Amino acid sequence: MKRSHWSIPYVVFMAIFVVLPLLLVMVYAFQDGTGHFTLANITRFFTDSDALGTFAVSLEVAIENTLICILIGYPAAWILANKDLNRSAVTIILFIMPMWINALMRTLATAEIFNMLGIPLGKGTLLFGMVYDYLPFMIYPIYNVLAKLDRSYLEAAQDLGATPWKVFWKVTVPLSMPGVTSGVLMVFMPTVSTFAISEFLTNNKIKLFGTIIQENINSSMWNYGAALAFIMLIIIGITTVFSDDNENAEEALI
Amino acid sequence: MAATEEHIIDLKHVSKRFGDKVVLDDISLYIRKGEFVTLLGPSGCGKTTTLRLISGFLAPDEGEILLDGQDISGIPPYKRPFNTVFQRYALFPHLDVYENIAFGLKLQKVPEDEIEKRVKRVLKLVSMSDYEDRDVESLSGGQQQRVAIARALVNQPKILLLDEPLAALDLKMRKDMQIELKEMHKKLGITFIYVTHDQEEALTLSDTIVVMNEGKIQQIGTPIDIYNEPVNCFVADFIGESNILKGRMMHDRRVAFIKHEFDCVDEGFGEDVPVDVVVRPEDIYFTTDPARCQFKATVNSCIFKGVHYEMWVDTDTGYELMIQDYDPYPVGSEVMLYIDPDDIQVMHKERTRNVFEGEMVDETHVEMLGGVFECLPQEGIAAGDKVRVETKFEHVDLLDHQEDGVIAGEVHFLLYKGDHYHLTILTDDGDHIWVDTNDIWDKGDLVGINFAPKDLKISKRDEA
Repeated sequence: MKRSHWSIPYVVFMAIFVVLPLLLVMVYAFQDGTGHFTLANITRFFTDSDALGTFAVSLEVAIENTLICILIGYPAAWILANKDLNRSAVTIILFIMPMWINALMRTLATAEIFNMLGIPLGKGTLLFGMVYDYLPFMIYPIYNVLAKLDRSYLEAAQDLGATPWKVFWKVTVPLSMPGVTSGVLMVFMPTVSTFAISEFLTNNKIKLFGTIIQENINSSMWNYGAALAFIMLIIIGITTVFSDDNENAEEALI
Repeated sequence: MAATEEHIIDLKHVSKRFGDKVVLDDISLYIRKGEFVTLLGPSGCGKTTTLRLISGFLAPDEGEILLDGQDISGIPPYKRPFNTVFQRYALFPHLDVYENIAFGLKLQKVPEDEIEKRVKRVLKLVSMSDYEDRDVESLSGGQQQRVAIARALVNQPKILLLDEPLAALDLKMRKDMQIELKEMHKKLGITFIYVTHDQEEALTLSDTIVVMNEGKIQQIGTPIDIYNEPVNCFVADFIGESNILKGRMMHDRRVAFIKHEFDCVDEGFGEDVPVDVVVRPEDIYFTTDPARCQFKATVNSCIFKGVHYEMWVDTDTGYELMIQDYDPYPVGSEVMLYIDPDDIQVMHKERTRNVFEGEMVDETHVEMLGGVFECLPQEGIAAGDKVRVETKFEHVDLLDHQEDGVIAGEVHFLLYKGDHYHLTILTDDGDHIWVDTNDIWDKGDLVGINFAPKDLKISKRDEA
């Protein structure tokens, strides 16, 4: 058997579970209830002020979540990667450990804690839950890049007259951008489509794009649901294209 | 500008430790303004540490570093008027050639048009004009090296520090760059401090060479001094090829080695004193005139080395010598040889025997070097007495297996002395033992160490 044949099971798997569902989403998105081709589902989204509003909220929450994750995650990754400040692997494990526990369970637990403390559920609690869930995905790629950063670049910058502050902004930050890019991809894309977090942490007071897709599909509005999913995929696709440093971003994950 | 007498850098009694390991042990040296100084030594000798102390990336544990007479210990690297060319260049991959070179000038807020002028000038100096917009990762090693030199020079540092800058280049490129560096030094007139483990590079480039080993300075001098008059076996062995031999100074200007007596030019050693003798392989001459012949030998091997032939000969007295000559002599032929008095370099022996400090455990056992050794019954020395133990170099037993010895160690340094090897053993406890042996060992071999009881000469140490 030729070596290339070994990939057949994977190709079959991908065809059934990745390509076929995507095709189905497309087919449903461009059909009406009777199976005829139509653009109505797409145009309906652009005239549906409810859906458009939810979409805007989703984007806003995703952007806010991503920014907060960068603001908290970058310094955390920097400290973890700095051997003078962090001498043990324990801190790294502590940061990664939440990833071992199912996100849904963590979210439920977080909601419980807010209830216990009497904190009203709303946008604040939603962002808290999102940051809590997605922060490790931001820290890990940035940490990876920083830990591998050749210290001689930092010394060269100092040697050329850069203060530690300038070294950080002119060398460390630009050289760690691949890590930030891949962190952004890993945080932004899933937050656009999430619905469980908003369900538990806002009691569905704030609806996200993922929520309305779920609602449509739950109420058997297959075609409109598929159209919304399709639109979301396109948007996520666009963000991937915007992060032009894709190759480096992939390296950051290794 | 030639080197002046004015000191630009002074290192005074500088020591540096990394944990328990002493990397620099009381180093003192000065560097004159405009000089090309090379710190030369094998890896781990402390040369890079010395450079990093000067550049400010490390701080000395003891001693002080002066720039123009002012202590600079508290000044961070980014405020020191030095620039470094790093071993692996360390060019910023996110910036192009122009931006890399302009990096330092932009930090100093030099006006943009001035920056452009200076970058262009320095690119011309390193023959890299027209490469401004290139991505640094698209350059060859030699080109990256030039950019790294340009990036350092554009800031007009008082001193250019170079940390093995040519180590990553191939031989031909290295030779070309050596010449260019030397010319740049002449043209710019600034002080160069250069670190290398390549003795040939040091000889080619430097005004002054500082030979270092095990955290200590072995010798400071011009390339010619260092080559012709090494002060000890380490320097003689490290710089160039040499025959290092045990000798005995008969009296002024007369030295005996390889069981022959020779005239030499050294004086002041005293009479009948053991010494080490260095003769460079190119300084042993062949002759057909019996009147000039000082000793005879048989050619043992003869290898063509390009410019010269390298021959090993066995002398009539049983020593092996290396000779380099333009003419080959057939293997097996008997030859007559002589050495000019000028070409014999006599050196003080650093030591003539091993001396250890120890303590008696009981009548027939002594504790030293982190082990307990058997000795002959000692009269007048009680258990618990502090003692001095002496043993000759040839009386150290080296064993193939570490566990067979009372203590264990590793072959740290070895010298061939014509008819035997002189080894430096570093024990697991960090002590040195010197050994003369006919057995062949390699550097880094792990050995067990033992002494025969009769070979240990024990005397009571005065409690001082």
